[in-house]
Amino acid sequence: MTAILTNLFDGVAYGMLLFVLACGLAVTLGLMNFVNLAHGAFAMAGGYVCMVLVNRMGWPFFAALPLAFVSSAAIGIVLERTLYRHLYARSHLDQVLFTIGLTFMSVAAVDYVQGSSRVFINLPAALQGQFDLFGVGIGRYRLMIIVICGLLTIALQMVLAKTRFGSRLRAAVDDPRAASGLGINVPQVFAFTFAFGCGLAGLGGALSAEILGLDPYFPLKFMIYFLIVVTVGGSSSITGPFLASLLLGIGDVAGKYYVPKMGPFVIYTMMIVILIWRPNGLFGRTAAR
Amino acid sequence: MSASSDVGYHAQRHARWHYGEVVFWLIVLACGFAFPNRYLIMTDILRLALFTMSLDLILGYAGIVSLGHAAFFGVGAYAAGLLALHGIVTEPVLALVVAGLAAMVLGFATSFLVIRGVDLTRLMVTLGIALLLEALAERFSNITGGTDGLQGIEMQPIFGEIPFDMFGKTGFFYSLAVLFLLFLFARRVVHSPFGLSLRAIKNNPLRAAAIGIPVNRRLIAIYTLAAFYAGIAGALFTQTTAIASLDVFAFERSADLMLVLVIGGTGYLYGGLIGAVVFRMLQELFSTITPQYWQFWIGLVLVVIVLVGRQRLHRWVLYVPNLVIKQIAGRKAVVAVPESDA
Repeated sequence: MTAILTNLFDGVAYGMLLFVLACGLAVTLGLMNFVNLAHGAFAMAGGYVCMVLVNRMGWPFFAALPLAFVSSAAIGIVLERTLYRHLYARSHLDQVLFTIGLTFMSVAAVDYVQGSSRVFINLPAALQGQFDLFGVGIGRYRLMIIVICGLLTIALQMVLAKTRFGSRLRAAVDDPRAASGLGINVPQVFAFTFAFGCGLAGLGGALSAEILGLDPYFPLKFMIYFLIVVTVGGSSSITGPFLASLLLGIGDVAGKYYVPKMGPFVIYTMMIVILIWRPNGLFGRTAAR
Repeated sequence: MSASSDVGYHAQRHARWHYGEVVFWLIVLACGFAFPNRYLIMTDILRLALFTMSLDLILGYAGIVSLGHAAFFGVGAYAAGLLALHGIVTEPVLALVVAGLAAMVLGFATSFLVIRGVDLTRLMVTLGIALLLEALAERFSNITGGTDGLQGIEMQPIFGEIPFDMFGKTGFFYSLAVLFLLFLFARRVVHSPFGLSLRAIKNNPLRAAAIGIPVNRRLIAIYTLAAFYAGIAGALFTQTTAIASLDVFAFERSADLMLVLVIGGTGYLYGGLIGAVVFRMLQELFSTITPQYWQFWIGLVLVVIVLVGRQRLHRWVLYVPNLVIKQIAGRKAVVAVPESDA
């Protein structure tokens, strides 16, 4: 029983992490209809920035996390303004080719700068180990992830639903032409959202170094996971990807624990079945309505 | 001239063999005799060309974007490897066909999943199938040899007469023959009314359906055929290198394949062949400059191609050859300019 609960806890932490990593992609892919396979590269950038700051320059872990966010967001906005912007109207094939190219470049560049082996971020002692809560083993680090990611999710939901920027974004996504007719600067809204999504990915990358492992092949290894979150979760709201991430996280952890040999198999099969069953995602709007 | 005979006239004119094409194949054949110490790399190029042609059939002609074409390559490779290893079918040509058929069956089965949904769903489903197969191959390591791959494959002589030699001469001419035969067939297919209907589907599926083309059945057919081609390419890989390992399913293989096709140009069969040559040359060049980081430059090439625009790029590439031919023969183009694609 306690093993189940511990697994559930780990799965939730994993799922939350996936959500923070992938929710930027939910916006670019789901809302802006841009296939950004290079999303993992932004996550990796954040992870490596955090690693360099903590391990080499002796920054405290919690001070390095915001910087991971900022640096990834900065890279994101530069690339968006210079490159991505030109490709919004192009075919999906062009977008796929372009972002695969970027991914390859990022993999090789990080490999060149930091070497190809897995890196670890030195964690403060307060985050190491685990404690028992009613007999359930709770990892401190995972608890922190759940807290941070949970807060972020609530904040995102609030921003999208309550603020002026949120309504602008929703308007821009629903109908870019009508939105710009109403005086909303659509490219600016998109650029800002893109950068914010990249920043979140960077933060996720920094947090995930401990759990998912951080090496130059991170963008390729986890690309499919991000895509699963978005396509399965649908893009009509933030709740869809969130539930999809939780499902994927719990499913993956449980799969690896109970049927270790079939681990990835289960995930991919689930994804294909869901996509065939509901091409717009489990929680997406159906086109018919 | 009535409309249908007009269409027929133009279709036939396009389908006719041009001098340029004959010259192209003669040059390829001549390469086999001119560079006797480069058989291995040239065989590699031929294999890649065949694989790319397979992707071109579905991407360039039918507009199906696939990120998991390596699935069929892998199935073909493992099928050929297992057939040779366990001595089930020892004759290489027969084994090649059987391996191709194995991939074809998989292609037929998965085509029903792929034709559903839009670009994005297709991307995900094809990618998922390739990853699934990779996971399966890793899981059933008692059959596939797991991460070590299949080892100790010994190829029997072709037709029981021509043995594979260690310099790869047999492998080269064998691959060339296979590539040429399959090219002829693909050429026939894309110039047939069936091929024309595929282009119609690619340009506008709704309109194609409205003029009476059975869209789904056509897509299933071409996807299955492309799977067969990819399976043959994979089988050639195993037969000429005598290894089959997990990386036949790798995502990088599918991604590289797209790059090859894009370099060469989608929507005309020579695109795959030219792309394969250029890609391998680039790869050689980059890996001599930076052995470990050639992927960076490959990625850069992709990014630049997309930013410059694929159509524009092909116009530049064809500019000089077309100019020469215009001067000499007074005709316009050596090869058809690739069409806009998906």
